[in-house]
Amino acid sequence: MHYIHSNDIIRPTLGRMVVDAPYVAEYRKAGQFIILRIDECGERMPLTIADADKSKGTITLIYQIVGTTTQKLANMKAGESLTDIVGPLGHPTEVKRYGTVVCIGGGIGVAPLYPISKGMKEAGNRIVNILGARSENLLILEKEMGEVGDLNIVCTDDGSRGEKGFVTDMLNNVISKEKVDLVVAIGPVAMMKAVSMLTKEKGIKIFVSLNSVMIDGTGMCGGCRVTVGGETKFTCVDGPEFDGHLVDFDNLGLRLRTYTAEEKESYNNYKHKCKLDGAAGHEC
Amino acid sequence: MNAKTPRQKMPEQKPEDRIKNFNEVPLGYTPEVAVIEAGRCLQCKKPQCVEGCPVNINIPAFIKEIAGNNFLGAIKKIKESSSLPAVCGRVCPQESQCEERCILGKKFEPVAIGKLEGFVADYEREKEHLPAPVISVKKDKKVAVIGSGPAGLTVAGELAGAGYKVTVYEALHTAGGVLVYGIPEFRLPKKIVSYEIDALAALGVEFVTNRVVGLSESLGDIMKRFDAAFVATGAGLPAFLNIPGEELQGVYSANEYLTRVNLMKAYKFPEYDTPVIRGKSMAVFGAGNVAMDSARTAIRLGCKEAHLIYRRSREEMPARHEEAHHAEEEGVIFDLLSNPVRLIGNDQGRLSGVECVKMELGEPDESGRRRPVEVKGSEFIIKIDAAIVAIGNGSNPILQKTAPDLKCNKWGNIIADSETMKTSVTGVFAGGDIVTGAATVIEAMGAGRKAAKGMIDYLETGKW
Repeated sequence: MHYIHSNDIIRPTLGRMVVDAPYVAEYRKAGQFIILRIDECGERMPLTIADADKSKGTITLIYQIVGTTTQKLANMKAGESLTDIVGPLGHPTEVKRYGTVVCIGGGIGVAPLYPISKGMKEAGNRIVNILGARSENLLILEKEMGEVGDLNIVCTDDGSRGEKGFVTDMLNNVISKEKVDLVVAIGPVAMMKAVSMLTKEKGIKIFVSLNSVMIDGTGMCGGCRVTVGGETKFTCVDGPEFDGHLVDFDNLGLRLRTYTAEEKESYNNYKHKCKLDGAAGHEC
Repeated sequence: MNAKTPRQKMPEQKPEDRIKNFNEVPLGYTPEVAVIEAGRCLQCKKPQCVEGCPVNINIPAFIKEIAGNNFLGAIKKIKESSSLPAVCGRVCPQESQCEERCILGKKFEPVAIGKLEGFVADYEREKEHLPAPVISVKKDKKVAVIGSGPAGLTVAGELAGAGYKVTVYEALHTAGGVLVYGIPEFRLPKKIVSYEIDALAALGVEFVTNRVVGLSESLGDIMKRFDAAFVATGAGLPAFLNIPGEELQGVYSANEYLTRVNLMKAYKFPEYDTPVIRGKSMAVFGAGNVAMDSARTAIRLGCKEAHLIYRRSREEMPARHEEAHHAEEEGVIFDLLSNPVRLIGNDQGRLSGVECVKMELGEPDESGRRRPVEVKGSEFIIKIDAAIVAIGNGSNPILQKTAPDLKCNKWGNIIADSETMKTSVTGVFAGGDIVTGAATVIEAMGAGRKAAKGMIDYLETGKW
């Protein structure tokens, strides 16, 4: 069991949890992820690690509330426990000196980007952070990222915070002003696709981090398979980071919608149950 | 009672009932029937059945106890050689092992050894609850077992019984490996597996779940804390068909499909949170036991047309006869001598059909089976809304990647001595599917028995 130290709703649809996971805290590296299971009825859900405290044995998870599992997660309280956490899983980011690294985070994607940006800074790179979201209330870690970047750019689709526009517009600006050696982009599939297309055009190397449908996280089920450069790869063990120029984002997007109907059914069922219980209702 | 008494039939749930539930299909022998069946055994002086058993259970001895109404005596005899009798009684291919060699089978039908084994194991579990044996000698050496499937559990049981401190590492959240994620509830109820695992825990075995050895910590790191290790990480790397359309929504590996339903209990969705596609018309590719399990699971989840698509003929099907028979009884359609060439999707990226081609059998290939060849122009399409690829598994490569000294063959299977199960790394033993490639539960247990002997010998003498 994994004791929850704190669990706060930091934005209308975003939560931040600090939870005991000493093994993960000890070994995790930038770019890796965990799989958690809230309770005995819970599904196995992959989540990136936003931060960790080795001395306290805790990790920080940032999640977007979109369905049953993330709503259950949001309803957990400090002092309660998660049933399972396994990790760290996946390959760590190849952190080394590239020169100038542009770190692009879209929405919740800023959470896994934060340790990567930090790591790249420590490795001696010049860091340009570009944080994007639909609007201000979906922006996260602006202050933390601001402390890491040599240059920090914030943009929103509606202009409610920072510049009005997409992360690709901001990247274009950066590229026009300075030489960029690497781009790391994490966010919605459409965003990663657009950034990958732009960098391909400009001849700039890019890593993207994928969040596929996943169960075991050890390469056993193959549910997380993605097409990369025409080959089938497993996100859990071959990734989660891949060369964005080679990823078939359209197929990834389609596969992520496999359970749209079931997810809706599950969420409605859960909300109904919560109403009946008149409480958090995360007991299963 | 004598040899002319017919083999006692196992009562089963009727097909029309069982396709609506996940309960076990066989209902089990009653004590009276078990005694009658046990009475058929000739008590051969040189029992061939024992030779046919990968863990060499003293079969005539345990059957004699049953015939004498001493069911606990029978289970004690079995447990001298096997740590998982309730499991083996259900999933062993007895017809090609012990029962194949039963002398009665030459003229009549062989003794139902597997069913008797299952009976006494169930009897002990349900009626008696034998206490965990007291371990008289305690050893100060520590052993790591990596992987908690049948091979790992066997080694854990043997070494804990010999007094060693055993820690079992499991990547998933529940111990049991393929017994919990792969084999369906209707063939092996999960409460049976958890009973066996609880028994090992009572013996002092420590289970560390949610731990993937080979990622953060390598085998070398583990060996710094332990005096010996047994690697039993299994054949967990699903093979795909490599045909167009395999990336479509609704195409599963058997591992994924069965893990969703068995381990994650998607058959109880939405009470349990994990979903699985409940197709109305589905295809299963392959014809082994896993393919049968997949098709029978699909039927229980409401599939009206479950096609089992196999490129050879009935004779070559690798599944146990009993499993194929059960599948047919439940309405699985066998599309034999058919090979999928392309999966077809709709504009939403969802699977909608499979194009197959008819096959005919040509000259024998290297496996000795007649090679299937395509019949030109015989393509046909089956409409389906989900598909399961059950054509086998490669070796899981995670542990080997960070263990460069651990020698593997070209398929990634760990090379181990066939008698001692020693690997190329001092102190490290390996067994089960990670060594042999995908095989059976009992063969994995057999490897576990050999490894346990090899490990005890090494731990006692220090000689490699």
